[in-house]
Amino acid sequence: MNLHEYQAKELMRRHGVPVPAGEPATSVEEAKAAIEKLFGEGHQRVVVKSQIHAGGRGKGTFKDGFQGGVHLADSVEDATAKAEAMFGNVLVTKQTGEEGKQVNRLLITSCQEIKSEFYCAVLLDRALGKPIIMASSEGGMDIEEVAEATPEKIIKETVDPDLGLQAYQGRKIAIALGLRGKLIGQCGRLLQGLYATWAGCDASMVEVNPLALIENEDGTEAVVALDAKMSIDSNAMFRHADITEMRDLTEEDPLEVEAGKFDLNYIKLDGNIACLVNGAGLAMSTMDAIKHYGGDPANFLDVGGGATQEQVKAAFEIILSDPSVKAILINIFGGIMNCNTIAEGVVAAAKETDLKLPLVVRLEGNNVEAGRQTLAKSGLALITASSLAEAAQKSVEAAK
Amino acid sequence: MSILVTPETKFLVQGITGGFGGRHAQLSLDYGSQLVAGVTPGKGGQTFADTVPIYDSVTEAVAKTGATASAIFVPPPFAADAILEGIDAGLELVVAITEGIPVRDMLSVKKVLDASDTKLIGPNCPGIVTPGEGDQSHGGCRIGIAPGYIHKKGNIGVVSRSGTLTYEAVWQLTSAGVGQSTCVGIGGDPVPGMTHLDVLKMFNDDPETEGIIMIGEIGGTAEEEAAAWAKDNCSKPIAGFIAGATAPPGRRMGHAGAIVSGGKGTAEAKKAAFRKAGIGVAETPSEMADTLLKMM
Repeated sequence: MNLHEYQAKELMRRHGVPVPAGEPATSVEEAKAAIEKLFGEGHQRVVVKSQIHAGGRGKGTFKDGFQGGVHLADSVEDATAKAEAMFGNVLVTKQTGEEGKQVNRLLITSCQEIKSEFYCAVLLDRALGKPIIMASSEGGMDIEEVAEATPEKIIKETVDPDLGLQAYQGRKIAIALGLRGKLIGQCGRLLQGLYATWAGCDASMVEVNPLALIENEDGTEAVVALDAKMSIDSNAMFRHADITEMRDLTEEDPLEVEAGKFDLNYIKLDGNIACLVNGAGLAMSTMDAIKHYGGDPANFLDVGGGATQEQVKAAFEIILSDPSVKAILINIFGGIMNCNTIAEGVVAAAKETDLKLPLVVRLEGNNVEAGRQTLAKSGLALITASSLAEAAQKSVEAAK
Repeated sequence: MSILVTPETKFLVQGITGGFGGRHAQLSLDYGSQLVAGVTPGKGGQTFADTVPIYDSVTEAVAKTGATASAIFVPPPFAADAILEGIDAGLELVVAITEGIPVRDMLSVKKVLDASDTKLIGPNCPGIVTPGEGDQSHGGCRIGIAPGYIHKKGNIGVVSRSGTLTYEAVWQLTSAGVGQSTCVGIGGDPVPGMTHLDVLKMFNDDPETEGIIMIGEIGGTAEEEAAAWAKDNCSKPIAGFIAGATAPPGRRMGHAGAIVSGGKGTAEAKKAAFRKAGIGVAETPSEMADTLLKMM
């Protein structure tokens, strides 16, 4: 589950990571109140930031031509006008695709003088089976590009998951980032807080880009998290009621949300051949086979190992509500699952939804003969196939 | 021989009184496997299917029955604890079927696991099958949720991150009249117990295994590591398949571990690593068995 910047910053703040003062807003009125509060506290400048689940906001463009999803403002009037221009407007960034994302929330924060920018993230190193802190002096940049072009600028520190990030490790990273004096200890504590956020929230990833060395209005220096990106391990939501409440369904594909209600794993793609498969690996392979024979899959859909007739019907309705679908491919390997149960589910769903699209079915495994008979006797215009390769070829033909 | 388990291996089921665990415990009994005990804390003294005694703890079950392996069907919030209990009881093999264990829990499990003599298969896996000599491989050792009847006793080892793709490979082999030594589903999670490499090494050392099918998917670099080792060390032919070439980056494809992130873990990189190591690459899953058989 992905979080908004303001939510990630709130969780980081709770774990001792310094973040700029600020508040989220879901309306122009709330934004104005937050802006007035910051100026009232003596801040000379604020930042108005679009909150969407996509990167590249600063360099994005709104659909009405308004440039930039992040703006600085030096007065209440200016900041409020910018907030007004952003609310409800659709922001297109390099990560949103052409359709963009509607901005329904803003984060209003104070703005300080930035002296230098760093990158920092906490994530799982799968090869080690341990969490690592990844940092770089090249802040504000695309970290993948940095890792590609100048791998020596990437600092990595492995963490013992039962001990957490130790103070000396935090200092080690701070020194490697080029910090000196009191800033070494302060940045080290910030990094320990960042690791505590990762561990305490069951995060999959915590990323701060940029982590910034700022000069406060009183002339003192400090390292703070200027931006924040965070995703949570969906498997751990059962122990985080507070984070569960942070889920923003408007940021997710409505069909994917609907599929989730039926315990179906569905991911919408851009093609026109819908797939219904049991098992994640087989579902991915089915998409691959469609592509291999020159077609384009419309979705990933894993109905799981023990799909019921209700789930098959729900799966049908979900894939049919995608208007670009021109053909459907059902690929089931019934191991424990009875092929006839699936066949009956398919026939019922096809009849109930008055299916007009070509339907290619490949069944194999447990009780497959009965399943094939059920399909043959159904009166539906089905195209059958005996292997996945054949099914993929036939579905590509049918979608033309 | 076979690897990890033989038809004589005695095992227990943790979570035998749950619906899912009970159903698959029964299927293992039907297959003729040596399921000797169940464990559900608080239900000690009861029996499963009128024959299998249930104990309150793994240690007690091991002491009373001599079980050396376990299958875990415990719900995700309690599954890491169940694995640790199995390790503590000194089991040789723990097979964690449970899907949805938090990564943070598995990080702690992994530390304990690495310091122990126990081997872990999974989590989020179909388990392990060593086929038996009977009709439709009856009498083999089936720990987990794989369909037993599709197997056939023979000389091909199968290792895979995906359940249904394992069944596809096994079914293709069996349909071609070719049997399997052992089939291991290592699971689709980002922090697994045994890896492709661990299983590959065991197949290489197993005199009964003559060829290997290795099935991987996007995410992580475990397939690349296995391939790099195999290049210079594996004396047996290997055919490979990788799922997820068309998966969009940054999205989890069903399995928690099936994700391309930061440009890492792509199907392309894994297939390239396979080719470099002399592993035969099946372009579609329909060709997994054929690809191997052509190499033998």
